[in-house]
Amino acid sequence: MNPNIEIKGISEGLLATIGEGDWTEIRQALLELIQTQADFFKGADLTLNVGDHEIKAADLGKLRDQISENDVILRGLISKSPRTEENAKSLGLTTHFERPQPERSGKAFDTSVGGDEAIFVQRTLRSGNNIIYPGHVVVIGDVNPGAEIISGGNIIVWGRLRGTVHAGASGDETALVCALELAPTQLRIAETVSITPSSKKKPKPEVASLKDGQVIAEVWDIHKSKK
Amino acid sequence: MAAKVLTVTSGKGGVGKTTITANLGAALASHNQKVVCIDGDIGLRNLDVVLGLENRIVYDIVDVVEGRCKLRQAMIRDKRIEGLFLIPAAQTRDKTAVSPSDMVRICDELRPDYDWVIIDSPAGIERGFRNALAPADRVFVVTNPEVSAVRDADRIIGITEAEEKGPAQLIINRINPAMVERGDMISTIDIVELLAIELIGIIPEDSNVIVSTNRGLPIVLDGKSQAGQALQNIARRVMGENVPFLDLNDQGGFFKQIGKLFSSGGKNE
Repeated sequence: MNPNIEIKGISEGLLATIGEGDWTEIRQALLELIQTQADFFKGADLTLNVGDHEIKAADLGKLRDQISENDVILRGLISKSPRTEENAKSLGLTTHFERPQPERSGKAFDTSVGGDEAIFVQRTLRSGNNIIYPGHVVVIGDVNPGAEIISGGNIIVWGRLRGTVHAGASGDETALVCALELAPTQLRIAETVSITPSSKKKPKPEVASLKDGQVIAEVWDIHKSKK
Repeated sequence: MAAKVLTVTSGKGGVGKTTITANLGAALASHNQKVVCIDGDIGLRNLDVVLGLENRIVYDIVDVVEGRCKLRQAMIRDKRIEGLFLIPAAQTRDKTAVSPSDMVRICDELRPDYDWVIIDSPAGIERGFRNALAPADRVFVVTNPEVSAVRDADRIIGITEAEEKGPAQLIINRINPAMVERGDMISTIDIVELLAIELIGIIPEDSNVIVSTNRGLPIVLDGKSQAGQALQNIARRVMGENVPFLDLNDQGGFFKQIGKLFSSGGKNE
Protein backbone atom coordinates (compact mmCIF):
# COMPACT_ATOMS: atom_id res chain seq x y z
CA MET A 1 0.00 0.00 0.00
CA ASN A 2 1.22 3.44 -0.88
CA PRO A 3 2.28 5.25 2.28
CA ASN A 4 0.95 8.49 0.77
CA ILE A 5 -2.66 7.31 0.88
CA GLU A 6 -4.46 6.95 4.16
CA ILE A 7 -7.97 5.51 4.17
CA LYS A 8 -10.38 5.83 7.04
CA GLY A 9 -14.10 5.45 7.58
CA ILE A 10 -16.15 8.57 8.27
CA SER A 11 -19.87 9.09 8.63
CA GLU A 12 -20.11 10.15 4.97
CA GLY A 13 -18.36 6.98 3.74
CA LEU A 14 -14.64 6.65 3.18
CA LEU A 15 -12.06 9.40 3.40
CA ALA A 16 -8.79 9.00 1.51
CA THR A 17 -6.15 11.46 2.63
CA ILE A 18 -3.46 12.02 0.04
CA GLY A 19 0.01 12.93 1.25
CA GLU A 20 2.79 14.71 -0.55
CA GLY A 21 4.49 13.34 -3.65
CA ASP A 22 3.94 13.09 -7.37
CA TRP A 23 0.22 13.35 -8.13
CA THR A 24 0.31 11.06 -11.20
CA GLU A 25 1.91 8.28 -9.13
CA ILE A 26 -0.43 8.72 -6.21
CA ARG A 27 -3.41 8.80 -8.55
CA GLN A 28 -2.31 5.50 -10.08
CA ALA A 29 -1.68 4.00 -6.65
CA LEU A 30 -5.16 5.03 -5.52
CA LEU A 31 -6.81 3.34 -8.50
CA GLU A 32 -4.74 0.19 -7.95
CA LEU A 33 -5.68 0.20 -4.30
CA ILE A 34 -9.38 0.39 -5.18
CA GLN A 35 -9.00 -2.41 -7.73
CA THR A 36 -7.01 -4.76 -5.51
CA GLN A 37 -9.30 -4.25 -2.53
CA ALA A 38 -12.48 -4.22 -4.58
CA ASP A 39 -14.51 -6.01 -1.90
CA PHE A 40 -13.69 -3.38 0.65
CA PHE A 41 -14.39 -0.41 -1.61
CA LYS A 42 -17.40 -1.75 -3.53
CA GLY A 43 -20.39 0.57 -3.25
CA ALA A 44 -18.56 3.07 -1.07
CA ASP A 45 -18.92 6.84 -1.14
CA LEU A 46 -15.40 8.19 -1.37
CA THR A 47 -14.14 11.59 -0.39
CA LEU A 48 -10.59 12.62 -1.29
CA ASN A 49 -8.55 14.99 0.79
CA VAL A 50 -5.86 16.07 -1.64
CA GLY A 51 -4.19 18.74 0.47
CA ASP A 52 -2.00 21.01 -1.62
CA HIS A 53 -2.21 19.06 -4.89
CA GLU A 54 -3.47 21.09 -7.85
CA ILE A 55 -5.87 19.01 -9.93
CA LYS A 56 -7.38 20.04 -13.25
CA ALA A 57 -11.09 19.62 -13.86
CA ALA A 58 -10.57 17.29 -16.81
CA ASP A 59 -8.24 15.07 -14.79
CA LEU A 60 -10.67 15.07 -11.90
CA GLY A 61 -13.53 14.12 -14.21
CA LYS A 62 -11.48 11.24 -15.60
CA LEU A 63 -10.51 10.09 -12.13
CA ARG A 64 -14.16 10.08 -11.08
CA ASP A 65 -15.08 7.95 -14.10
CA GLN A 66 -12.24 5.53 -13.42
CA ILE A 67 -13.24 5.28 -9.78
CA SER A 68 -16.88 4.73 -10.70
CA GLU A 69 -15.90 1.81 -12.92
CA ASN A 70 -15.01 0.00 -9.70
CA ASP A 71 -18.43 0.68 -8.21
CA VAL A 72 -17.08 3.40 -5.97
CA ILE A 73 -18.68 6.84 -6.06
CA LEU A 74 -16.50 9.90 -5.73
CA ARG A 75 -18.66 12.18 -3.62
CA GLY A 76 -16.34 14.85 -2.41
CA LEU A 77 -12.97 16.46 -2.68
CA ILE A 78 -11.27 18.48 -0.02
CA SER A 79 -8.46 20.69 -1.09
CA LYS A 80 -6.36 23.55 0.19
CA SER A 81 -6.14 25.00 -3.30
CA PRO A 82 -9.07 27.26 -4.16
CA ARG A 83 -8.67 26.43 -7.84
CA THR A 84 -8.84 22.69 -7.30
CA GLU A 85 -11.79 23.22 -4.99
CA GLU A 86 -13.54 25.22 -7.66
CA ASN A 87 -12.85 22.50 -10.23
CA ALA A 88 -14.33 19.94 -7.86
CA LYS A 89 -17.43 22.06 -7.36
CA SER A 90 -17.92 22.49 -11.06
CA LEU A 91 -18.11 18.70 -11.30
CA GLY A 92 -20.72 18.64 -8.58
CA LEU A 93 -18.46 17.24 -5.86
CA THR A 94 -18.89 18.37 -2.26
CA THR A 95 -15.89 20.28 -1.05
CA HIS A 96 -16.59 20.31 2.63
CA PHE A 97 -18.52 18.27 5.12
CA GLU A 98 -21.75 19.43 6.68
CA ARG A 99 -19.86 20.03 9.89
CA PRO A 100 -16.85 22.10 8.95
CA GLN A 101 -13.64 20.26 9.57
CA PRO A 102 -11.95 21.60 12.66
CA GLU A 103 -8.65 21.89 10.82
CA ARG A 104 -10.16 24.14 8.16
CA SER A 105 -12.73 26.12 10.10
CA GLY A 106 -10.01 27.97 11.97
CA LYS A 107 -8.40 28.98 8.73
CA ALA A 108 -11.45 29.64 6.58
CA PHE A 109 -12.52 32.84 8.26
CA ASP A 110 -9.36 33.90 9.98
CA THR A 111 -9.89 37.63 10.32
CA SER A 112 -6.28 38.22 11.29
CA VAL A 113 -5.56 37.77 7.60
CA GLY A 114 -7.66 40.90 7.31
CA GLY A 115 -7.87 41.89 3.73
CA ASP A 116 -4.30 41.25 2.83
CA GLU A 117 -4.84 38.07 0.91
CA ALA A 118 -6.83 38.01 -2.29
CA ILE A 119 -7.59 35.69 -5.12
CA PHE A 120 -7.75 36.73 -8.69
CA VAL A 121 -10.20 35.08 -11.06
CA GLN A 122 -9.90 35.89 -14.73
CA ARG A 123 -12.96 34.35 -16.30
CA THR A 124 -16.72 34.62 -16.31
CA LEU A 125 -18.41 32.99 -13.34
CA ARG A 126 -21.44 31.16 -14.61
CA SER A 127 -24.54 29.83 -12.89
CA GLY A 128 -23.47 27.15 -10.41
CA ASN A 129 -19.91 28.43 -9.98
CA ASN A 130 -19.01 29.70 -6.56
CA ILE A 131 -16.01 31.15 -4.84
CA ILE A 132 -15.63 31.07 -1.09
CA TYR A 133 -12.49 32.79 0.11
CA PRO A 134 -11.45 34.33 3.41
CA GLY A 135 -9.63 37.24 1.74
CA HIS A 136 -10.60 39.61 -1.05
CA VAL A 137 -11.95 38.37 -4.36
CA VAL A 138 -11.11 40.05 -7.65
CA VAL A 139 -12.88 38.92 -10.80
CA ILE A 140 -12.08 40.05 -14.31
CA GLY A 141 -15.14 38.92 -16.23
CA ASP A 142 -18.86 38.77 -15.57
CA VAL A 143 -20.57 37.18 -12.59
CA ASN A 144 -23.76 35.70 -14.05
CA PRO A 145 -27.05 35.08 -12.23
CA GLY A 146 -26.80 31.85 -10.26
CA ALA A 147 -23.09 32.33 -9.50
CA GLU A 148 -22.03 33.13 -5.94
CA ILE A 149 -19.05 34.82 -4.31
CA ILE A 150 -18.52 34.75 -0.55
CA SER A 151 -15.54 36.75 0.59
CA GLY A 152 -14.12 37.68 3.98
CA GLY A 153 -13.01 40.98 2.49
CA ASN A 154 -13.90 43.11 -0.52
CA ILE A 155 -15.28 41.92 -3.84
CA ILE A 156 -14.20 43.65 -7.02
CA VAL A 157 -15.76 42.69 -10.34
CA TRP A 158 -14.36 44.15 -13.53
CA GLY A 159 -17.44 43.25 -15.51
CA ARG A 160 -21.15 42.80 -14.98
CA LEU A 161 -22.11 41.63 -11.52
CA ARG A 162 -25.48 39.86 -11.69
CA GLY A 163 -25.03 36.94 -9.31
CA THR A 164 -25.12 36.78 -5.51
CA VAL A 165 -22.23 38.26 -3.53
CA HIS A 166 -21.39 38.40 0.15
CA ALA A 167 -18.54 40.69 1.15
CA GLY A 168 -17.16 40.86 4.70
CA ALA A 169 -18.74 37.47 5.34
CA SER A 170 -16.82 37.07 8.59
CA GLY A 171 -18.43 40.22 9.96
CA ASP A 172 -16.34 43.02 8.45
CA GLU A 173 -18.75 45.94 8.07
CA THR A 174 -16.22 48.05 6.17
CA ALA A 175 -16.13 45.63 3.23
CA LEU A 176 -16.93 46.96 -0.24
CA VAL A 177 -18.38 45.55 -3.43
CA CYS A 178 -17.36 47.26 -6.66
CA ALA A 179 -18.43 46.40 -10.19
CA LEU A 180 -18.52 48.02 -13.61
CA GLU A 181 -22.20 47.16 -13.67
CA LEU A 182 -23.61 46.53 -10.21
CA ALA A 183 -26.81 44.55 -10.63
CA PRO A 184 -26.48 41.57 -8.27
CA THR A 185 -29.36 39.20 -7.59
CA GLN A 186 -28.58 39.75 -3.93
CA LEU A 187 -25.81 41.70 -2.22
CA ARG A 188 -24.70 41.11 1.36
CA ILE A 189 -22.17 43.00 3.38
CA ALA A 190 -21.40 41.49 6.81
CA GLU A 191 -24.85 40.71 8.27
CA THR A 192 -26.86 43.03 6.03
CA VAL A 193 -28.75 41.72 3.02
CA SER A 194 -29.99 43.86 0.16
CA ILE A 195 -31.73 43.30 -3.13
CA THR A 196 -30.84 45.57 -6.03
CA PRO A 197 -33.74 47.50 -7.48
CA SER A 198 -33.98 46.77 -11.18
CA SER A 199 -32.78 49.73 -13.17
CA LYS A 200 -33.06 50.45 -16.85
CA LYS A 201 -30.60 53.31 -17.00
CA LYS A 202 -27.19 53.04 -18.55
CA PRO A 203 -24.92 51.08 -16.21
CA LYS A 204 -22.05 52.90 -14.55
CA PRO A 205 -19.29 51.59 -12.29
CA GLU A 206 -20.57 51.57 -8.72
CA VAL A 207 -19.33 50.88 -5.21
CA ALA A 208 -21.58 49.37 -2.56
CA SER A 209 -20.81 49.83 1.11
CA LEU A 210 -22.54 49.73 4.46
CA LYS A 211 -23.66 53.06 5.89
CA ASP A 212 -25.73 53.21 9.09
CA GLY A 213 -26.75 49.59 8.70
CA GLN A 214 -27.89 49.99 5.09
CA VAL A 215 -26.24 48.95 1.88
CA ILE A 216 -25.67 52.05 -0.24
CA ALA A 217 -24.51 51.92 -3.85
CA GLU A 218 -22.77 54.99 -5.23
CA VAL A 219 -21.61 55.72 -8.73
CA TRP A 220 -17.83 55.68 -8.83
CA ASP A 221 -16.64 59.28 -9.03
CA ILE A 222 -13.08 59.50 -10.32
CA HIS A 223 -12.59 63.08 -9.11
CA LYS A 224 -13.90 62.42 -5.62
CA SER A 225 -11.70 59.38 -5.22
CA LYS A 226 -8.56 61.41 -5.90
CA LYS A 227 -8.87 63.49 -2.72
CA MET B 1 -13.26 9.82 -42.72
CA ALA B 2 -12.91 10.81 -39.11
CA ALA B 3 -16.26 11.67 -37.63
CA LYS B 4 -16.69 14.68 -35.39
CA VAL B 5 -18.86 14.12 -32.34
CA LEU B 6 -21.49 16.83 -31.73
CA THR B 7 -23.34 16.83 -28.43
CA VAL B 8 -26.66 18.65 -28.29
CA THR B 9 -27.50 19.66 -24.74
CA SER B 10 -29.38 22.30 -22.73
CA GLY B 11 -29.73 21.61 -19.02
CA LYS B 12 -33.41 22.41 -19.07
CA GLY B 13 -35.86 19.94 -20.59
CA GLY B 14 -38.27 20.64 -23.41
CA VAL B 15 -36.23 23.26 -25.23
CA GLY B 16 -35.90 21.21 -28.41
CA LYS B 17 -32.72 19.12 -28.12
CA THR B 18 -34.25 16.02 -29.66
CA THR B 19 -35.93 17.90 -32.53
CA ILE B 20 -32.67 19.70 -33.28
CA THR B 21 -30.64 16.47 -33.14
CA ALA B 22 -33.04 14.70 -35.52
CA ASN B 23 -33.17 17.59 -37.95
CA LEU B 24 -29.47 18.34 -37.86
CA GLY B 25 -28.86 14.66 -38.59
CA ALA B 26 -31.34 14.64 -41.49
CA ALA B 27 -30.00 17.93 -42.88
CA LEU B 28 -26.37 16.79 -42.77
CA ALA B 29 -27.29 13.47 -44.37
CA SER B 30 -29.11 15.34 -47.14
CA HIS B 31 -25.76 16.98 -47.93
CA ASN B 32 -24.28 13.52 -48.62
CA GLN B 33 -22.75 13.22 -45.17
CA LYS B 34 -22.79 9.95 -43.24
CA VAL B 35 -24.41 10.65 -39.90
CA VAL B 36 -25.13 8.60 -36.78
CA CYS B 37 -27.55 10.02 -34.21
CA ILE B 38 -27.26 8.58 -30.72
CA ASP B 39 -30.10 8.90 -28.23
CA GLY B 40 -28.47 9.61 -24.87
CA ASP B 41 -31.71 9.69 -22.93
CA ILE B 42 -31.78 6.14 -21.59
CA GLY B 43 -35.11 5.39 -19.93
CA LEU B 44 -36.94 8.24 -21.67
CA ARG B 45 -36.03 7.72 -25.29
CA ASN B 46 -37.60 10.01 -27.88
CA LEU B 47 -35.23 10.42 -30.77
CA ASP B 48 -36.51 7.23 -32.43
CA VAL B 49 -40.07 8.60 -32.30
CA VAL B 50 -39.12 11.98 -33.74
CA LEU B 51 -37.22 10.27 -36.55
CA GLY B 52 -40.14 7.88 -37.13
CA LEU B 53 -37.96 4.81 -36.53
CA GLU B 54 -39.51 3.54 -33.31
CA ASN B 55 -40.99 0.36 -34.80
CA ARG B 56 -37.65 -0.80 -36.19
CA ILE B 57 -35.75 -1.02 -32.89
CA VAL B 58 -34.36 -4.48 -32.15
CA TYR B 59 -31.21 -3.70 -30.20
CA ASP B 60 -30.29 -0.52 -28.32
CA ILE B 61 -27.21 1.16 -26.89
CA VAL B 62 -27.35 -0.79 -23.63
CA ASP B 63 -27.30 -4.04 -25.60
CA VAL B 64 -24.13 -2.79 -27.29
CA VAL B 65 -22.49 -1.79 -24.00
CA GLU B 66 -23.41 -5.07 -22.33
CA GLY B 67 -22.22 -7.11 -25.31
CA ARG B 68 -25.53 -8.60 -26.41
CA CYS B 69 -25.05 -7.34 -29.94
CA LYS B 70 -22.49 -5.71 -32.20
CA LEU B 71 -22.57 -1.94 -32.67
CA ARG B 72 -23.66 -2.33 -36.30
CA GLN B 73 -26.67 -4.42 -35.25
CA ALA B 74 -28.00 -1.61 -33.05
CA MET B 75 -27.78 0.95 -35.84
CA ILE B 76 -31.06 1.65 -37.61
CA ARG B 77 -30.72 2.94 -41.15
CA ASP B 78 -33.21 5.61 -42.17
CA LYS B 79 -34.79 4.44 -45.43
CA ARG B 80 -35.95 7.93 -46.46
CA ILE B 81 -32.64 9.71 -46.03
CA GLU B 82 -29.52 8.07 -47.41
CA GLY B 83 -26.64 8.08 -44.92
CA LEU B 84 -28.64 8.65 -41.71
CA PHE B 85 -28.44 6.13 -38.87
CA LEU B 86 -29.85 5.98 -35.35
CA ILE B 87 -28.55 4.22 -32.27
CA PRO B 88 -31.58 4.17 -29.97
CA ALA B 89 -31.55 4.35 -26.18
CA ALA B 90 -32.96 1.59 -24.00
CA GLN B 91 -36.36 2.33 -22.56
CA THR B 92 -36.34 -0.22 -19.75
CA ARG B 93 -33.06 0.82 -18.11
CA ASP B 94 -31.62 3.99 -16.62
CA LYS B 95 -28.65 6.28 -17.21
CA THR B 96 -26.28 4.23 -15.06
CA ALA B 97 -26.40 1.38 -17.60
CA VAL B 98 -23.89 3.34 -19.69
CA SER B 99 -20.71 5.07 -18.46
CA PRO B 100 -18.88 8.04 -19.98
CA SER B 101 -16.06 5.73 -21.07
CA ASP B 102 -18.57 3.44 -22.84
CA MET B 103 -19.73 6.46 -24.84
CA VAL B 104 -16.17 7.39 -25.74
CA ARG B 105 -15.54 3.81 -26.87
CA ILE B 106 -18.69 3.67 -29.03
CA CYS B 107 -17.90 7.00 -30.68
CA ASP B 108 -14.30 5.96 -31.34
CA GLU B 109 -15.59 2.83 -33.03
CA LEU B 110 -17.86 4.95 -35.27
CA ARG B 111 -15.32 7.64 -36.13
CA PRO B 112 -13.50 5.94 -39.04
CA ASP B 113 -16.67 5.20 -41.05
CA TYR B 114 -18.85 8.29 -40.61
CA ASP B 115 -18.68 12.09 -40.95
CA TRP B 116 -20.77 13.07 -37.94
CA VAL B 117 -21.93 11.52 -34.70
CA ILE B 118 -24.68 13.57 -33.05
CA ILE B 119 -25.54 12.81 -29.44
CA ASP B 120 -28.90 13.88 -28.04
CA SER B 121 -28.20 14.62 -24.39
CA PRO B 122 -30.90 14.21 -21.74
CA ALA B 123 -31.92 17.18 -19.61
CA GLY B 124 -30.12 17.70 -16.32
CA ILE B 125 -26.49 17.74 -15.30
CA GLU B 126 -26.22 14.21 -13.98
CA ARG B 127 -24.91 10.95 -15.38
CA GLY B 128 -26.82 11.07 -18.67
CA PHE B 129 -25.41 14.49 -19.47
CA ARG B 130 -21.90 13.37 -18.44
CA ASN B 131 -22.26 10.40 -20.79
CA ALA B 132 -23.24 12.67 -23.66
CA LEU B 133 -20.48 15.17 -22.93
CA ALA B 134 -17.59 12.71 -22.55
CA PRO B 135 -16.94 11.97 -26.25
CA ALA B 136 -17.89 15.45 -27.56
CA ASP B 137 -15.69 17.34 -30.01
CA ARG B 138 -18.23 20.16 -30.26
CA VAL B 139 -21.02 21.07 -27.87
CA PHE B 140 -24.24 22.75 -28.99
CA VAL B 141 -26.12 24.38 -26.15
CA VAL B 142 -29.81 24.83 -26.93
CA THR B 143 -31.84 27.46 -25.14
CA ASN B 144 -35.23 29.11 -25.46
CA PRO B 145 -35.83 32.81 -24.94
CA GLU B 146 -36.91 32.16 -21.34
CA VAL B 147 -35.04 33.15 -18.20
CA SER B 148 -34.99 29.64 -16.75
CA ALA B 149 -33.70 28.04 -19.96
CA VAL B 150 -30.97 30.68 -20.28
CA ARG B 151 -29.93 30.17 -16.65
CA ASP B 152 -29.61 26.42 -17.20
CA ALA B 153 -27.69 26.98 -20.42
CA ASP B 154 -25.22 29.12 -18.46
CA ARG B 155 -24.71 26.30 -15.96
CA ILE B 156 -24.17 23.79 -18.76
CA ILE B 157 -21.63 26.06 -20.46
CA GLY B 158 -19.78 26.37 -17.15
CA ILE B 159 -19.54 22.59 -16.78
CA THR B 160 -18.52 22.20 -20.42
CA GLU B 161 -15.71 24.69 -19.89
CA ALA B 162 -14.59 22.99 -16.67
CA GLU B 163 -14.44 19.65 -18.48
CA GLU B 164 -12.40 21.35 -21.19
CA LYS B 165 -14.92 20.30 -23.85
CA GLY B 166 -15.61 23.79 -25.13
CA PRO B 167 -15.93 26.21 -26.65
CA ALA B 168 -19.62 25.51 -26.75
CA GLN B 169 -21.83 27.05 -29.44
CA LEU B 170 -25.32 28.39 -28.93
CA ILE B 171 -28.61 27.56 -30.63
CA ILE B 172 -31.59 29.73 -29.70
CA ASN B 173 -34.79 27.85 -30.39
CA ARG B 174 -38.43 28.96 -30.62
CA ILE B 175 -37.87 32.67 -30.87
CA ASN B 176 -40.99 34.66 -31.66
CA PRO B 177 -39.96 37.84 -33.52
CA ALA B 178 -43.29 39.57 -32.89
CA MET B 179 -43.04 39.03 -29.14
CA VAL B 180 -39.43 40.24 -29.07
CA GLU B 181 -40.53 43.32 -30.96
CA ARG B 182 -43.17 44.07 -28.33
CA GLY B 183 -40.61 43.57 -25.57
CA ASP B 184 -42.44 40.50 -24.23
CA MET B 185 -39.62 38.06 -24.93
CA ILE B 186 -35.92 38.12 -24.15
CA SER B 187 -34.12 39.06 -27.32
CA THR B 188 -31.32 37.15 -28.98
CA ILE B 189 -29.03 40.02 -28.16
CA ASP B 190 -29.67 39.72 -24.40
CA ILE B 191 -29.10 35.97 -24.47
CA VAL B 192 -25.85 36.21 -26.41
CA GLU B 193 -24.67 39.02 -24.13
CA LEU B 194 -25.22 36.94 -21.01
CA LEU B 195 -23.96 33.59 -22.24
CA ALA B 196 -21.04 35.07 -24.17
CA ILE B 197 -20.50 32.15 -26.54
CA GLU B 198 -20.65 31.92 -30.30
CA LEU B 199 -24.14 31.79 -31.82
CA ILE B 200 -24.58 29.10 -34.48
CA GLY B 201 -28.34 29.16 -35.01
CA ILE B 202 -31.58 30.99 -34.36
CA ILE B 203 -34.73 28.95 -34.95
CA PRO B 204 -38.09 30.72 -35.06
CA GLU B 205 -41.22 29.40 -33.37
CA ASP B 206 -43.06 27.36 -36.00
CA SER B 207 -46.15 25.24 -35.42
CA ASN B 208 -45.16 23.01 -38.36
CA VAL B 209 -42.48 21.54 -36.10
CA ILE B 210 -45.12 19.92 -33.90
CA VAL B 211 -46.84 18.43 -36.92
CA SER B 212 -43.63 17.03 -38.38
CA THR B 213 -42.46 15.71 -34.99
CA ASN B 214 -45.74 13.89 -34.49
CA ARG B 215 -45.46 12.35 -37.94
CA GLY B 216 -41.84 11.31 -37.38
CA LEU B 217 -40.76 13.27 -40.43
CA PRO B 218 -37.86 15.73 -39.98
CA ILE B 219 -38.96 19.32 -40.72
CA VAL B 220 -35.81 20.03 -42.73
CA LEU B 221 -37.39 17.91 -45.46
CA ASP B 222 -40.20 20.50 -45.64
CA GLY B 223 -38.84 23.21 -47.90
CA LYS B 224 -41.48 25.76 -46.94
CA SER B 225 -41.00 25.82 -43.18
CA GLN B 226 -38.96 28.68 -41.72
CA ALA B 227 -37.79 26.52 -38.81
CA GLY B 228 -36.74 23.86 -41.31
CA GLN B 229 -34.76 26.47 -43.22
CA ALA B 230 -33.08 27.68 -40.03
CA LEU B 231 -32.08 24.09 -39.20
CA GLN B 232 -30.72 23.57 -42.72
CA ASN B 233 -28.62 26.68 -42.23
CA ILE B 234 -27.22 25.36 -38.94
CA ALA B 235 -26.23 22.14 -40.72
CA ARG B 236 -24.39 24.16 -43.38
CA ARG B 237 -22.62 26.23 -40.71
CA VAL B 238 -21.63 22.98 -38.97
CA MET B 239 -19.99 21.91 -42.22
CA GLY B 240 -18.01 25.14 -42.24
CA GLU B 241 -20.05 27.23 -44.67
CA ASN B 242 -20.60 30.88 -43.92
CA VAL B 243 -24.39 31.25 -43.96
CA PRO B 244 -26.03 34.51 -42.89
CA PHE B 245 -28.72 34.33 -40.22
CA LEU B 246 -32.31 34.18 -41.49
CA ASP B 247 -34.12 37.46 -41.71
CA LEU B 248 -37.06 36.66 -39.45
CA ASN B 249 -39.47 39.17 -41.02
CA ASP B 250 -39.91 42.14 -38.69
CA GLN B 251 -36.47 41.78 -37.16
CA GLY B 252 -34.67 44.30 -39.32
CA GLY B 253 -33.44 46.21 -36.30
CA PHE B 254 -32.20 43.09 -34.65
CA PHE B 255 -29.30 42.43 -37.01
CA LYS B 256 -28.20 45.98 -36.68
CA GLN B 257 -28.22 45.43 -32.93
CA ILE B 258 -26.09 42.31 -33.25
CA GLY B 259 -23.56 44.27 -35.25
CA LYS B 260 -23.68 47.00 -32.65
CA LEU B 261 -23.12 44.53 -29.84
CA PHE B 262 -19.95 43.14 -31.34
CA SER B 263 -18.55 46.45 -32.45
CA SER B 264 -19.10 48.11 -29.08
CA GLY B 265 -17.46 45.23 -27.24
CA GLY B 266 -20.62 44.00 -25.61
CA LYS B 267 -21.87 47.17 -23.95
CA ASN B 268 -25.48 47.59 -24.79
CA GLU B 269 -28.64 48.62 -22.99
